Amino acid sequence: MGGRYVAGVRNASGYLDAASSEPLHPAARETLAAALDRGYADPRRLHGPGRDARLLLDNARAVVAECLGVRADEVTFTSSGTDAVHRGLLGLRLGLPHGADTPVSHSAVEHSSVLHAARWTGVEPVVAQVDRLGRVAPSGFAGSTGGVAALQHANHEVGTVQPLADLEVGVPLFVDACASMGRLPLPDRWDVVAGSAHKWGGPAGVGVLVVRKGALWVNPFPGDDRVDERSAGFENVPAALAAAAALRAVVTDRAETNARQHALVDRIRAAAAEIPDVEVVGDPVDRLPHLVTFSCLYVDGEAIVTELDRRGYGVASGSACTASTLAPSHVLEAMGVLTHGNVRVSLTRETTAADVDGFLAVLPDVVREIRSRVGL
Amino acid sequence: MTGAELELDCRGMLCPLPVIELGKRYAEVPVGGLVAVLADDVAARTDIPAWCRMRGQEYVGEEPTGRYVVRRLS
Repeated sequence: MGGRYVAGVRNASGYLDAASSEPLHPAARETLAAALDRGYADPRRLHGPGRDARLLLDNARAVVAECLGVRADEVTFTSSGTDAVHRGLLGLRLGLPHGADTPVSHSAVEHSSVLHAARWTGVEPVVAQVDRLGRVAPSGFAGSTGGVAALQHANHEVGTVQPLADLEVGVPLFVDACASMGRLPLPDRWDVVAGSAHKWGGPAGVGVLVVRKGALWVNPFPGDDRVDERSAGFENVPAALAAAAALRAVVTDRAETNARQHALVDRIRAAAAEIPDVEVVGDPVDRLPHLVTFSCLYVDGEAIVTELDRRGYGVASGSACTASTLAPSHVLEAMGVLTHGNVRVSLTRETTAADVDGFLAVLPDVVREIRSRVGL
Repeated sequence: MTGAELELDCRGMLCPLPVIELGKRYAEVPVGGLVAVLADDVAARTDIPAWCRMRGQEYVGEEPTGRYVVRRLS
């Protein structure tokens, strides 16, 4: 039946949580299988298998660089998107004169990896507020005179694209592109960028750190004697190559994918807004193509996620009761929008119009049924 | 502290229960009247003003901490 999944079934059509993790792209699967047999050796070694692994790693770096429109020597593979964020942001800060004493300025809607890194410095961060759409003002960082600024390319929870092109910022800029990499071209303004492969259909455990040639970046963590001085630990060569293959495939197809997903999300936005007391949030136009968030008044976030799951649809939620911290999403809070009854729908590259229609057919009943439990 | 015709003690309740309580009972005060919600769930700070915006009611403010005052407009 269209739009449903059954536990254990691969590439489930009711899985609407690509923003948490996109299913592995077939191009990545193929490359991974081949590279597992070829890329096992230490790429620093001078013997044949070592040279082979090095070739694959350099190839992965070259492909990612080409897809992002950057230089190959600007690209580092890290152990995750979070690791890329931590290394990128903290290393850019440490590259400043007296960097260790300087604050991180960041928007109120950054990913938790940025917030954790900023707090970890021990210097009180400076927070730039956002509007109801989750967008920082172009002048939001204008007051930052020391330290580094961190601004996401697009928001991971509500999809709003940030005004990087118009940003007034006089300090080095870290851009978290984990939610957008592969889906949108990189913005022009950045000194350091971070991305995460499993969000574009690569394997988990591969982050991408891009440090602009000439940017002053100093390793904030213990060094290692690997191929790339910005990274640490034995390189996962097969996974890096698979991530690169998926990125190439996604970038090649993105004009078509984005147009299709943008239209499907428009359909979800319109249908959700038709349900009484439901607020659709985030920028309706200038947004990630595949993602939409809405909040349902009087609805418990855990209940709606559970009920949709029972009907075969997997969605995320920023409501407090669905979080390990029992705190509502700091993104929704900063935007001043309803935090309970929150649903984030994000389409995979395979989500069809029929899947979306199936989801929209059950949504109003689920909302009505949960409200009726509390007599509303 | 602003006086209110109706005070809803929602301390100890988790979201969305304080807002559900408000939604069910605010009409007990006349139009123009004030309702106060006492809540210690952190989501109330965002969700009560958001409820006011979505339902066309007026959010008066939080005073003192954890006491949210709403004016019924319709």
